[in-house]
Amino acid sequence: MSKRHMLALYNNFDEAEAVVRELRNSEIKGFNAADDLVVKSPIEHPEVEEFLGHKPVNVQWFTLIGALSGGLLAFFLIAGSQANFYSQMKGGKPIVPFPPDFVLTYEMFILGGVYITVLGFLICAGLPARRSPLYSAKVSTDQIGLLVRVDDNSAATLRSIFTKHQALEIQEEAGK
Amino acid sequence: MGKDIREDIAWAHINQDVLKSLENPRPLFWVIVFVALMMFGVGVGCEVYQYQMGMGVAGLNNPNVWGLYIATFIFWIGMSHSGTLLSAILHLMHADWRKPIYRFAEAMTTFSLMTAGLFVMVHLGRLWQFYYAVPYPNERWTWPNFQSPLLWDAMAIFTYLSSSVIFLYVGSIPDFAICRDNIHPGWRKNLYTLLALGWEGTDRQWRNFRVTYLTVACFLIPLAVSVHSIVASDFAMSQQPGWHVTSFPPYFVAGALYSGCAAIITLFIILRYVFKFEEYMTMPILKKTVRLTFAIAMVWTYLNLIEFASVWYSHDEVAKAVLIDKATGRFAPFWWAMNFCGSVVPFTMMVKRWQTSIPIMFAVSLLLNLGMWLERWMIVTPTFSHGYYPWTMDTHYWPSLVQWGIVFGSFGWFTLLFMVFCKIVPSVSMYEVKEMVYHRSLATKKAELGLEGGH
Repeated sequence: MSKRHMLALYNNFDEAEAVVRELRNSEIKGFNAADDLVVKSPIEHPEVEEFLGHKPVNVQWFTLIGALSGGLLAFFLIAGSQANFYSQMKGGKPIVPFPPDFVLTYEMFILGGVYITVLGFLICAGLPARRSPLYSAKVSTDQIGLLVRVDDNSAATLRSIFTKHQALEIQEEAGK
Repeated sequence: MGKDIREDIAWAHINQDVLKSLENPRPLFWVIVFVALMMFGVGVGCEVYQYQMGMGVAGLNNPNVWGLYIATFIFWIGMSHSGTLLSAILHLMHADWRKPIYRFAEAMTTFSLMTAGLFVMVHLGRLWQFYYAVPYPNERWTWPNFQSPLLWDAMAIFTYLSSSVIFLYVGSIPDFAICRDNIHPGWRKNLYTLLALGWEGTDRQWRNFRVTYLTVACFLIPLAVSVHSIVASDFAMSQQPGWHVTSFPPYFVAGALYSGCAAIITLFIILRYVFKFEEYMTMPILKKTVRLTFAIAMVWTYLNLIEFASVWYSHDEVAKAVLIDKATGRFAPFWWAMNFCGSVVPFTMMVKRWQTSIPIMFAVSLLLNLGMWLERWMIVTPTFSHGYYPWTMDTHYWPSLVQWGIVFGSFGWFTLLFMVFCKIVPSVSMYEVKEMVYHRSLATKKAELGLEGGH
């Protein structure tokens, strides 16, 4: 069955929320709200998660790995370079002194954490990306967009739900 | 106090106002850019002259080897802490009044760090020797000394600069998308298309964006504290009289936040006028910034007194002599000016009427930063002029015109970078102002409903 994309624009979050709730509760053939529905908004709105259902964020794992590897890399780089001093007189001082080495380990812990967090963000958010064919610039101004992927046969049902909730505009991709 | 922002501003209107600032600032913008360019030209001229003639023309020689360059380096590092304060600390504290002004504070962070980095190279004189500060072994496989605070400094500043740039960029992605969607075709549109990375504002993007922004903010706070603590270690870990003080790291961090906040007030007032941001950079927000600055001024004053007390009661006669020399010797006018600007002038911020007076706050913010610059100079030079040994006494030292010229030029360089940035990148965060307006209007509606229910 071929699928097509549809984008409906709404004036505010309340209207968009009502549509999402109806879509989640309806049995529409070839449409699964968890996978086939994307909410686009001009601002970060935590309530979107409430009506869309919980979806995991995995950026923190990147942060953990980045910070740990940054710190470990720094410590072993510094300790490795100081190990040179095995062959030199140190006058009783430790070959690998922990207190001063901690400073750079700490800095690299943060550096690794920040870099890999941002890398994780790009991967998890799917960026950089080509814009979807049904993008509307109004979403970056003041409207809420609902992008759905649906079977050709069910497109009319979706359209009627969008219209019922007073969509400002409905864009439709040609069937594939 | 009035509202931080009007709750009925249309979101489209926010976009229009901010985008207009990118294309159509007031003529004063070009005057500032021209003056900054001239100042920068003076700095470049002095640097070229110093490079060709040698460090002798800077007047730097034993025992005065740091001079204005390192004092100004610390000043610019300090200035950079404002962005972290407004962006990261206030973000974690959910102080949403920061939203219209944090973007330019973050930009300040980035550009002041870049300016500070230049001073390290200017101070070196032989620019190619900069690689000694890079963790890279030489041909005899000898690594730099990882136990030196100077190397920590290089690493801390690199970490802070790159993290700040990343923080600034990530936080601007949704705004780049707005610019991409609304600006006329041309080089700007191409640039914003590239920078927006295909952002569409999907729930997946926002979800990951929120966690990323928060995480980087959490990293930036200890990083900012560590950067200025490490700069303080350049002094406190030495044996120079007056510097070997345990309170130096918090004293430096407080000074950094202080000068950063004062600079935010200065730039707030300039941007408000130049880019016609009267609706976003409002008087209540200025008032809050002023109050925050006053609180930090008092922390700095306390730590300043602690520093004097630490030296006075340390029973280190030479350190004590340096302190007395600061108060009564050749540098006394500057030392007293530092104390006046840093500890007395902030009391003008207590007068409610003056907290929202643009001319008074503009003058006060400049005086505060003058005080903060003098503070750094008064840390560096009097100590170098008055060491433990007779050959470290230098009663005639005065910075040469070349040093003054490069310091002067650095302000032009910073201003130039900052103004060009504000002309290219939205200096007010559009999506965050929309969030602010949205959440506040929602809260007002809920409160109204609650009141009605009560009746």
